Amino acid sequence: MIRRPYEPWQSESDSVTPKSLYLNRRRIIAAGGALALAGLTGCGREGAAQTGANTLSFRQTDYAVNDTPTPYDAVTGYNNFYEFGVSKEEPARYASAMTTSPWSIDVEGLAERTGSFGLEDLVNFGALEERIYRMRCVEAWSMVIPWIGVPLGPVLQSLQPSPNARYVQFETYYNRDEMRGTRFRVLDWPYVEGLRIDEAMNELAFLAVGLYGEVLPNQNGAPIRLVVPWKYGYKSIKSIRKIRFVEGQPETSWNQSAPNEYGFYSNVNPNRSHPRWSQRSERVIGAGVFARRDTEMFNGYEAQVASLYEGMDLLVNH
Amino acid sequence: MPEMSGFARRFNRIWLKPLAFWLLALPGLWLVWQWGLLLSNAPNAMGFNPIEYTHRFLGDTALRILLISLAVTPVRELTPWKSVLKIRRRIGLAAFWYALLHIIAYLGLDLFIAAGLSVTGALAGLWGDVVERIYITLGMAAFLFLIPLAITSFNSMVRRLGALNWQRLHKLVYPLAILAVLHHGFMVKGNQLMPWIHGGVLAALLGYRLVKLLRRGRRVEA
Repeated sequence: MIRRPYEPWQSESDSVTPKSLYLNRRRIIAAGGALALAGLTGCGREGAAQTGANTLSFRQTDYAVNDTPTPYDAVTGYNNFYEFGVSKEEPARYASAMTTSPWSIDVEGLAERTGSFGLEDLVNFGALEERIYRMRCVEAWSMVIPWIGVPLGPVLQSLQPSPNARYVQFETYYNRDEMRGTRFRVLDWPYVEGLRIDEAMNELAFLAVGLYGEVLPNQNGAPIRLVVPWKYGYKSIKSIRKIRFVEGQPETSWNQSAPNEYGFYSNVNPNRSHPRWSQRSERVIGAGVFARRDTEMFNGYEAQVASLYEGMDLLVNH
Repeated sequence: MPEMSGFARRFNRIWLKPLAFWLLALPGLWLVWQWGLLLSNAPNAMGFNPIEYTHRFLGDTALRILLISLAVTPVRELTPWKSVLKIRRRIGLAAFWYALLHIIAYLGLDLFIAAGLSVTGALAGLWGDVVERIYITLGMAAFLFLIPLAITSFNSMVRRLGALNWQRLHKLVYPLAILAVLHHGFMVKGNQLMPWIHGGVLAALLGYRLVKLLRRGRRVEA
């Protein structure tokens, strides 16, 4: 494939915005919000926004793409979360209705440790790390998001799956009263997704509980979501309520909805033209009106994940 | 029927057409305004994906104006507002212009840039989409049907064709409206509500004509 040189409007920046810088920017935004609020209520306290209860402590890692992270407002204001509506703006508007605390995750199926777990039982909040991944949506747009969370593999290992658990299925929270989008059957609710167990154990598979150093906003899949950066975004299931270890390939929502369009694997693949979108290139959200980039095989994570699919025809097993 | 008031008569004669023109132009002017705000880095209503927003907006506007044009006949026949017929062609033509802008926007804002600023690349991309993507095939077919209707929308063309042929030709609006609704339905992901609403409105508008046709047939038989 011939790579097109970067267009003048495309970012050539090879460095991620230093965290001190973007956090500082966040603080300025937050402080602005606090000031506005203070103006409204007349009882604001200076600096209160800087140590919000939503801040997470974490360590940085080398898992970071060489592009400027997508602005916080875009990451949290342009979402696909059909349980709250099919437009990109509705999740941010309506997801606050979702109860995220208390939260429990039911572990079912072929594992030693099953039952109901609290968030803290599965995620060690003292060992959070940051990973700056590119998120490639099947709708041919992408973002760069600094996630906070833990690797998925060790969490699943701690549940001691049995040897015949060849797949793992995840299920999103489903509550018709809190999720106005589920009143219409856009998909067969609740939303389900799945991975082959070796995919789930891959070092890149991640369970996020935050982004930009803060607890996940509801529209981004609070309180806990999957992030599998080499697959189209819909594989990264949000607001996980159930984890199920199974022997056969589990059902996944978009595959059920349109099997010829959305395969079980759904690896980012610029060589497979989706029936709706050419996947050759993608719009870069938040990087300027006309910003586009060429889509990379496995979304740029080929070195880490290609071995999972050795000998497989990825056009057939899409 | 009661006599039309002087005001209503004057309104229909003097104000109806210009008012319809500006109302139909309003969505387009609004979009131009939003792009002006966007390009001067001012807050605007188009969100974080303004190109996608533009495609949806122009497509929705074209389709809805098309549905409004199909509502003219029932309104004229079922309500006292007979003068609505005067603006039917204007409404239909507006649907054509928005559909044309919809395609130009897709070509210019997406395909042209994805093809590395190449016009031939953009056109090749459009042809590839027409061949490969069912929703674009349907949408393009709808647009091709719109072209002869737009070309024959002038008085001189009506005269040249003769009223009967003109009316026959313009029956193309029924299949093209179906194609346009299907285009929307096949475009969206999953089973979304909005295409069903558009489809329901279209079904009612076509159903009205079907009922009329069946009644007339029965009357002829009797």
